[in-house]
Amino acid sequence: MSNFTAEDKAAITSLWAKVNVEDAGGETLGRLLVVYPWTQRFFDSFGSLSSPSAIMGNPKVKAHGVKVLTSLGEAIKNLDDLKGTFGQLSELHCDKLHVDPENFRLLGNVLVTVLAILYGKEFTPEVQASWQKMVAGVASALASRYH
Amino acid sequence: MALSAEDRALLRALWKKLGSNVGVYTTEALERTFLAFPATKTYFSHLDLSPGSAQVRAHGQKVADALSLAVERLDDLPRALSALSHLHARQLRVDPASFQLLGHCLLVTLARHYPGDFSPALQASLDKFLSHVISALASEYQ
Repeated sequence: MSNFTAEDKAAITSLWAKVNVEDAGGETLGRLLVVYPWTQRFFDSFGSLSSPSAIMGNPKVKAHGVKVLTSLGEAIKNLDDLKGTFGQLSELHCDKLHVDPENFRLLGNVLVTVLAILYGKEFTPEVQASWQKMVAGVASALASRYH
Repeated sequence: MALSAEDRALLRALWKKLGSNVGVYTTEALERTFLAFPATKTYFSHLDLSPGSAQVRAHGQKVADALSLAVERLDDLPRALSALSHLHARQLRVDPASFQLLGHCLLVTLARHYPGDFSPALQASLDKFLSHVISALASEYQ
């Protein structure tokens, strides 16, 4: 499934070049926690997550969101070997963090909506399709070493 | 979790803003779904799915009408959508997972066209609403 065509790679890398990871990271993780509140289960140490504004304004949420998107940015440089890129992170998320891989799919789809908000006109159906492949590939790679 | 008063207010406000254009957005959502999730096209082998297809537009309008009905009947979704559920379960036999994919693409479409309105709170309410619609649509399956 994660066989990226030249068009996919172009769509992904050109849009990514415009993304401000500082802003998009907080938006993406924040929205995940707002829209799917059960995902807050992993972030008890983050302080107040009691309302959408508390979540979106929480500096730990923002910082962690930046971490996640930075990692994604690395993956985008290695689209043909997502499993290799995310191998260690996969083990970490399974063995130490105990995150259900379904959460990776949720986060991927939230990222897609954030890109639609930020890059509306350019986020055509074709571009979205490439990005859905991307987030599916990442979710799959992150789940690949679960046992 | 049932739709709160805030959810309903946000949804109704959005729907008012969409006005008579709901069909435009549901059609775009369908196009996005077919491109991003090609397996969903298997249910439409009888339709012309090329860009700008009048048949896809007609189907988009059907989806729009059903969603607008749902927005009017937020208190009573299972009953409001029971005939549609029956249709999708017995006649069309669409796997309910497909509804999630279309729902996601509708969110993306609305985010793309109404970025200024698409706050985290609205996104949450819309996502919740679509989950309820999907749940009602799947209610007659088994």
